[in-house]
Amino acid sequence: MLQAAAFYIFSAIAVLSALMVVFAKNPVRAVLFLILAFFSAAGLFVLLGAEFLAMILVIVYVGAVAVLFLFVVMMLDIDFAELKAGFAENAVLGGAVAVVLAGILIATGFVWVDAQSVEANLQAPTPENMSNVAALGALIYDRYVLFFQLAGLVLLVAMIGAIVLTLRHRDGVKRQDMHAQVTRKRKDSVEIVDVEPGEGIG
Amino acid sequence: MYDFVTQWGPLWGTLASVGQIVGFMVVLLLSLAFLLLMDRKVWAAVQMRKGPNTVGAFGLLQSFADFLKFVLKEIIVPAGADRPLFLLAPLLTFIFAFITWAVIPVAPGWVISDLNVGILYIFAISSLGVYGIIIGGWASNSKYPFLGSLRSAAQMVSYEVSIGFILVTILLMAGTMNLSTLVEAQAGGFWNWHVLSFDMLPWPAFVITIPMFVIFFISALAETNRPPFDLPEAESELVAGYQVEYSSTPYLLFMIGEYLNIVLMCALMTVLFLGGWHAPFDIAPFTWIPPVFWFAIKVVFLFFMFAMVKALVPRYRYDQLMRLGWKIFLPTSLAAVFVMGAIVVYTRNAALGG
Amino acid sequence: MNRIAQTLRGAALLDFWGAFGLGMRYFFKKKPTINYPFEKGRLSPRFRGQHALRRYPNGEERCIACKLCEAVCPAQAITIEAEPREDGSRRTTRYDIDMVKCIYCGFCAEACPVDAIVEGPNFEFATETREELYYDKEKLLDNGDRWEREIARNLELDARYR
Repeated sequence: MLQAAAFYIFSAIAVLSALMVVFAKNPVRAVLFLILAFFSAAGLFVLLGAEFLAMILVIVYVGAVAVLFLFVVMMLDIDFAELKAGFAENAVLGGAVAVVLAGILIATGFVWVDAQSVEANLQAPTPENMSNVAALGALIYDRYVLFFQLAGLVLLVAMIGAIVLTLRHRDGVKRQDMHAQVTRKRKDSVEIVDVEPGEGIG
Repeated sequence: MYDFVTQWGPLWGTLASVGQIVGFMVVLLLSLAFLLLMDRKVWAAVQMRKGPNTVGAFGLLQSFADFLKFVLKEIIVPAGADRPLFLLAPLLTFIFAFITWAVIPVAPGWVISDLNVGILYIFAISSLGVYGIIIGGWASNSKYPFLGSLRSAAQMVSYEVSIGFILVTILLMAGTMNLSTLVEAQAGGFWNWHVLSFDMLPWPAFVITIPMFVIFFISALAETNRPPFDLPEAESELVAGYQVEYSSTPYLLFMIGEYLNIVLMCALMTVLFLGGWHAPFDIAPFTWIPPVFWFAIKVVFLFFMFAMVKALVPRYRYDQLMRLGWKIFLPTSLAAVFVMGAIVVYTRNAALGG
Repeated sequence: MNRIAQTLRGAALLDFWGAFGLGMRYFFKKKPTINYPFEKGRLSPRFRGQHALRRYPNGEERCIACKLCEAVCPAQAITIEAEPREDGSRRTTRYDIDMVKCIYCGFCAEACPVDAIVEGPNFEFATETREELYYDKEKLLDNGDRWEREIARNLELDARYR
């Protein structure tokens, strides 16, 4: 009973906040609703008994990715009038894409309900005498280790690509040498000169 | 953990759990009031001042006087501020600071929720703590708060990475993510605490864990925006950072949340490195003191160190902060994860196969 | 080599432990704090606090309305109006000091040929409204009566340096 109630609450929040992501006028609020959607998805994971996935979702998406989203969106200076101007001309194409996407989703749902093998897969409990984390680890570091590592490589390539594209060594920029700053002593930079009157230095 | 719901039935069990939570919160808030005073007293003592000494004996009631003062003042919401978000932000900070405590074991069995993924839970919730600050800074519709919140977002995200790797090192060593089991694994005497971990001998694990402890301490300073990393609220640059526009109760919530996070970090270090509730020696005079007091003593000691750092160390520059986080702490803790993983795998295989 | 030594020093937090030792030494030192409302610091005889108009021992007010203080006041905080009294002596009918304007430079006391206007040792005269800080002649004379003993002693102590 309690579980069912929690499920409906989390799902309702997830769907509503996902809708609000699209309909919110203020982009910062849209990102905040996105975070709420992530959060309720994490709640659904906990209900499914996948607490590790839930925590990772919160740590990675809510704690890091969404923060950077928020970071960028807050600093953008968005002109809403300009954004809305293009609405009419792109409406047909956008609508078509939306309809196709919705169609795919609905078709998947029907196939899922209809197919025979689904019943078995629907319940994939973690093996006995194994914690959730250990079970997940056994899967991704044993059976699917190649795919997991490949996925990691793809991310690495993306990261290197981003760095290569944005890193420029500019000449004539003064950089600081932390070591030189810290190790600088008085005798390196100050010289005491006994100046004779009327003669000056040099 | 004593499960009230299965023992006492749904209604009374739930009520008992709620009572337990409320009791824990009250104890936490009361201790926080005195820790806050201690912070100020330590800071004052190092600067050869006396600190608050007028309200109550030795100023013991100072925090309560401050509390009353905060509550009775006027809540000011700046014009042009995003009102709901402006008021939501301190609440978020406050709530996230509290719910993390649910998995901290203060004595054998004295924990509100004995989660199997306790470490991950703490890590997840503490990574949410940044939202209170970002939202607060943005919703104020003001320049300094916004700059402060941007700074804190970058800072907290950076230092979370190295904190995460240190947590991984420790949980590799203990082989569990449950905090109670983690503390149990450190029983027997201070040489078994994870910071020394002589029970790993002949592997000199302390070569890894002592630096990890220090890095965790420093990262905790950065994570909780304490000096010397208090750039988000650097008063000489940003007035008060993300708190500029806050007054009265919302400010109080921010402040409680901030200090609660600091105490949480102390508690976390106690649990992860300093043997939680265990006495330093497992013999008679030390075991007479109840475990919860050992836990409290360790937390207070770490809090004292936090206060001393605040009193001693000048504020970092922002680029130095980033350099420390990304170029020193991250590689060091990553290397520690590798080495510790290798040791654990080797010892386990040796135990299995000989 | 130097770089390695520096790195090791940083990694061992030597700087921090040095500062920590220093901090702990000061931690237990005697605190110079004065418990202010109950204890007060020593004031120099030259301390320039709240103004006062003095009287002669026979009760006659000293001020002769020469207006030197009004002239010298850099903040123009003093306003004086004067008329001859019935006995023919020249006296002020109005002597106001705007304590909000006053910068406590002490020039008025320096300029006074009869030591009538002085800055006394009192510095605790905060008020709840600004109006209370616009002192008139009555208030100033009252101050003089209240603080006469301290003022006289301070003037005496400081006299040989003037």
